[in-house]
Amino acid sequence: MSIPSDLKYTRSHEWVKIEADGTVTIGITDHAQELLGDMVFVELPKVGDSFSQKQECAVAESVKAAADVYSPISGEVIEVNSALADSPEKINQDAFGSWLFKLKPGNPAELDGLLNAAGYQEVLDSEDH
Amino acid sequence: MLKKTPLNETHRQMNAKMVDFGGWDMPLHYGSQLEEHHKVRQDAGMFDVSHMLPVDIKGDGTRDFLRKLVANNVDKITIPGKALYTCMLTPQGGIIDDLIVYFLTESWFRIVVNAGTADKDVAWIRKQRDVLAPGLEITPRHDMAMIAVQGPNARAKVWQVLPGSQAVTEELKIFQSTTFNHFFIARTGYTGEDGFEIILPAEEAPAFWKSLHAAGVAPAGLGARDTLRLEAGMNLYGQDMDESTSPLESGLNWTVDLKSERDFIGKQALLDSNPTQQLAGLVLLDRGVLRSHQKVVGQINGQAFEGEITSGGFSPTINQSIALARIATGVSPGDEVQVLVRDKQLRAKVVKYPFVRNGKVLI
Repeated sequence: MSIPSDLKYTRSHEWVKIEADGTVTIGITDHAQELLGDMVFVELPKVGDSFSQKQECAVAESVKAAADVYSPISGEVIEVNSALADSPEKINQDAFGSWLFKLKPGNPAELDGLLNAAGYQEVLDSEDH
Repeated sequence: MLKKTPLNETHRQMNAKMVDFGGWDMPLHYGSQLEEHHKVRQDAGMFDVSHMLPVDIKGDGTRDFLRKLVANNVDKITIPGKALYTCMLTPQGGIIDDLIVYFLTESWFRIVVNAGTADKDVAWIRKQRDVLAPGLEITPRHDMAMIAVQGPNARAKVWQVLPGSQAVTEELKIFQSTTFNHFFIARTGYTGEDGFEIILPAEEAPAFWKSLHAAGVAPAGLGARDTLRLEAGMNLYGQDMDESTSPLESGLNWTVDLKSERDFIGKQALLDSNPTQQLAGLVLLDRGVLRSHQKVVGQINGQAFEGEITSGGFSPTINQSIALARIATGVSPGDEVQVLVRDKQLRAKVVKYPFVRNGKVLI
């Protein structure tokens, strides 16, 4: 699957969408869902939670394993996708279209450090397949 | 270098996601293990289980040898083709492996052992044979493949692709087997559904697999195999039991015959033991997923106990997380316990298992 060029990425397979109002929307990539397999449960943070960059902020549980989701940037949770709790399989069907939560960035400069699509592709290419 | 079954190339052609399973290159799934799971419960799916090992034991005195070797009583199987599920124990009563014994003739029994323990099992059996029954031949059948076709429509699909087989196998009851042409067909399985496990010459496996596929049987991988067997309450060697656990603490009391006069390896150790643990079924009441090694805590009569999940996972049929756990004896179905999942204590209920059988939720 192609990697959307309008998103940013982390080495730990999260995607980041920078919204027009400066908030960011976060999910996990198609590569991540493929590694994990069928999703059965998503544990989301609560609105109001604050995270620092790379801190564990959510858990994606598949039949196989529980995987930590790491906050791509520091910030405060302003919205969570509760509908995903009832249908975690949506992440398998459309990883880039299934957002987990939205953050108000604590330090906008961190956004510059995120990978672009080409940079993320390099991460995937260097992983053992 | 991973070991490959005769179906390795076929799995890859069918887009299987391959994984290293105990040194074997095996299919985890072919797209979605959840879909494969449902297909087995509702229709028919097939598993390549050629990594498991059939071992033929031949010669005069085979039955006598097996009376000593395994914990269940082979005198229960006297109709040709009849099968028996049993453990093979160490002298200390620990489980070397769980396996199925098929009675074929008084001079020929076949056993099927797990992939991960195959070498260990064969070495042990040969060692016991050298002492107890030196005339017997022990022949591991590396020339055979094994395919499990499981689900309410499984047998009908097999009959469809093997013309003539219906007449020969239709009367087989559960845990009975027979031979059709050179296919060994047993009405056994590891899913809690009806179906056949078929042992066949390795070179015939790809064509047979493809013909089943063409008839609508879905290939199913190790992922679905695990969720199905867990729902069916079937133990997995190496996870739910091993050489350090006795069958009496592994939910396998029903497979051990301690009543008859017959002596078998490990019998005395079991008679001398006083089990303080049991294998119990758990269903998670809160949201989440139970997994192996998570700690289980609770109380019996005011006394705190701590146990551990041996096998945990998500039950696609029940749509809840279930587990097998080794906990203190005295805890009963209906009791509530807590499971430590990451940093939280989640509530779980003790239930009798199996959780699902023949497509129906039992808990």
